[in-house]
Amino acid sequence: MKRNVNIKSMKYEDFNDNEYIEQMLKELNENGANVIVGCLDSVIEWGRSNSLWPLTFATSCCGIEFMAIGAARYDFARFGFEVARASPRQADFIMVAGTITYKMAPVLKRLYDQMADPKYVVATGGCAISGGPFKKSYHVVCGVDKILPVDVYIPGCPPRPEAMLYGLMQLQRKVKAQKFLGGINRGISEKEYEKLMTADINRANAKDDYDESGLA
Amino acid sequence: MRYNMENNSIKDRIMAAEPSAQWSDAGDGMLTVPVQAFRKVAETLKEGEGFDFLRSLTGADWGDEGLGCVYHIENTSTGENIVLRTLDPDRDNAALPSVHDLWKGADLNEREAYDYLGIKFIGHPDLRRLYLRDDWKGYPLRKDYDPSWNGIPEDNEETNDAALSYEVTKDGSFILKRHPLFEDDEYVINIGPQHPATHGVLRFRVSLEGEIIRKLDVHCGYIHRGIEKMCESMTYPQTLGLTDRLDYLGAMQNRHALCMCIEKAMGLEVSDRIQYIRTIMDELQRIDSHLLFASCLAQDMGALEVFFLGFRDREKVLDILEQTTGGRLIQTYNTIGGVQADIHPDFVRKTKEYISYMRPKLKEYHEIFTGNVIARTRLVGTGVLSREDAISFGATGGTGRASGWACDVRKRHPYGVYDKVDFKEITFTEGDCFARYMVRMKEIEESMNIIEQLIDNIPEGEYQMKVRPLIKLPEGNWYSAVEGSRGEFGVYLESRGDKSPYRLKFRSTGLPLVSCIDTITRGAKIADLIAIGGTLDYVVPDIDR
Ligand code: SF4
Repeated sequence: MKRNVNIKSMKYEDFNDNEYIEQMLKELNENGANVIVGCLDSVIEWGRSNSLWPLTFATSCCGIEFMAIGAARYDFARFGFEVARASPRQADFIMVAGTITYKMAPVLKRLYDQMADPKYVVATGGCAISGGPFKKSYHVVCGVDKILPVDVYIPGCPPRPEAMLYGLMQLQRKVKAQKFLGGINRGISEKEYEKLMTADINRANAKDDYDESGLA
Repeated sequence: MRYNMENNSIKDRIMAAEPSAQWSDAGDGMLTVPVQAFRKVAETLKEGEGFDFLRSLTGADWGDEGLGCVYHIENTSTGENIVLRTLDPDRDNAALPSVHDLWKGADLNEREAYDYLGIKFIGHPDLRRLYLRDDWKGYPLRKDYDPSWNGIPEDNEETNDAALSYEVTKDGSFILKRHPLFEDDEYVINIGPQHPATHGVLRFRVSLEGEIIRKLDVHCGYIHRGIEKMCESMTYPQTLGLTDRLDYLGAMQNRHALCMCIEKAMGLEVSDRIQYIRTIMDELQRIDSHLLFASCLAQDMGALEVFFLGFRDREKVLDILEQTTGGRLIQTYNTIGGVQADIHPDFVRKTKEYISYMRPKLKEYHEIFTGNVIARTRLVGTGVLSREDAISFGATGGTGRASGWACDVRKRHPYGVYDKVDFKEITFTEGDCFARYMVRMKEIEESMNIIEQLIDNIPEGEYQMKVRPLIKLPEGNWYSAVEGSRGEFGVYLESRGDKSPYRLKFRSTGLPLVSCIDTITRGAKIADLIAIGGTLDYVVPDIDR
């Protein structure tokens, strides 16, 4: 069954990286799906992708832009992000907006652990992606993907609100593409998934010379 | 005791009374006092001479010379300034006398110096690390610190409940004493670091009796990015980029301060045009920041509408800034000897349009929020900071002015073209949350007045002076300060003649503000903590740096 990753707010052709989402769809659909489960899935994903609620989480500058997309001009409620929740238990995704330091890293990890599945992570800004301008610091985690699995990266220092909205729509598409019923999201066992994650993290660690500071 | 009054400058007076003190002329000049005599000099300065404002306290590693601190102290009634330096050559056991009882602001600053450099302050009652975790190895601002000593911690932080203090015995060894921060039967709750009302990642531990706050302990460092250390290995133009990211609601002003400091060290005078542009930009930034202050305060107190109003008007300032600088929040606009780009042809018109738009809009805030009975009940009379305490803590900016302390750097040490414009320094005497709120609302109007006086008279000229790409500063040390959006933002720069600074310290505007929280929340209700924190208006990355 072909899955539909169109979202209401933006045309399919207007996204820049459709190959990636098609690839993802292909992989997910390789084993096919039962018609009933598939239809149910579509309905659930339609609902989920249109009511993703972020956790109010911001450590620094990028957080102010995050507030700006919540305010009147950019208003992310138009796309279903609606309200930011102050408690991780009620949030669907965490937008890591700002630098993560060594002291903050265990706290962030814990916040993530407290969120209910299914949950997503959006790395916002150079700092959350790679350490940004503070890459050489003795106290900065060079990329949150060292501690959390990241779903969407939004580059910039800080990213413009438009970029943030674009990134959040990408998350919506990703959510739409996923299977909710039957083998949660990935069709592999938890063990395998963990193994892949560790491999990913190790690969990210190895790419240390990658500089994306965005510092003017 | 007072020093002999025949010598008219404070430096001469100290030197006459304390012959062991040495004056060095390089840069701003400073007085090196031997560590044995330091406490006495400090006492006389504070008690006898009325030097009541500790502007900045900087720990530094001077290699073989030893470890020590630089103190910038001001007399708020006469405006006199003095820079003292004291150091201990014994690197392993560096110890200085604490001055936390003379200037309350020294409390957290000494903890910072201990955290960064491992200097023990004798007599300090609570010498814990301020930013880094208790299990951190080494002292990062020492020149021989190796970053591989510490990695991303995997376990959660243990909260240490013992305050440490050091005493010296007669034979010169130290005794470490531990005092409990909270008693066993105290009811202590934790707020933060992830809490929507702490404005970032600040953490409080609050001891309560019913709803009443008995004591509050601040934990910083969740966004400590090590900027000062990074600057030591960057060239001067590179260091500029980091200032915008300290207090991002004062990005223009912060960068202005660092540029001013470097220009002072280079002996470079910038053209009038640059001065005008910088001043206007600083004021636009102040409007932006104060609007955000009102939005966040109101939002924390449940008045969500004001949040939307504030952001609506703030976006318009950002549009103006963006058109000229290319950045919304972080503009990276000032450069050494000028600004990045000339103002946009529409800049003057748009700024004037904005001011005529904004003036009537301010009434909306007053109608919806200022006059609101809930807002008033929660703000009036809560969190009172006395004038003496404001000075002693060094709580500058709107907070200090709300307590009746005329601490505006634009008046005290004019820079830019502030000496050419006519503006009022808004002060209140109540010192409560409401006064702190009103100061900032009134300052928006004053900022608009300043801009109006300047915007039509921007002189012709260069927007960037000729500066060589590789800048080397002569040996010496300099301090420059600007009035940031939330107080005195200072830059202390020490150069050894290289292309990068030997020590660069940013006087945080927010650190004094959080250091006075404990004092002003005692006896208040726990719900007032939100209003107090909101009106103090700190930005956490600027505290942690
Ligand atoms: S990416 Fe840039 S704007 Fe965002 S938190 Fe980091 S320094 Fe600040």
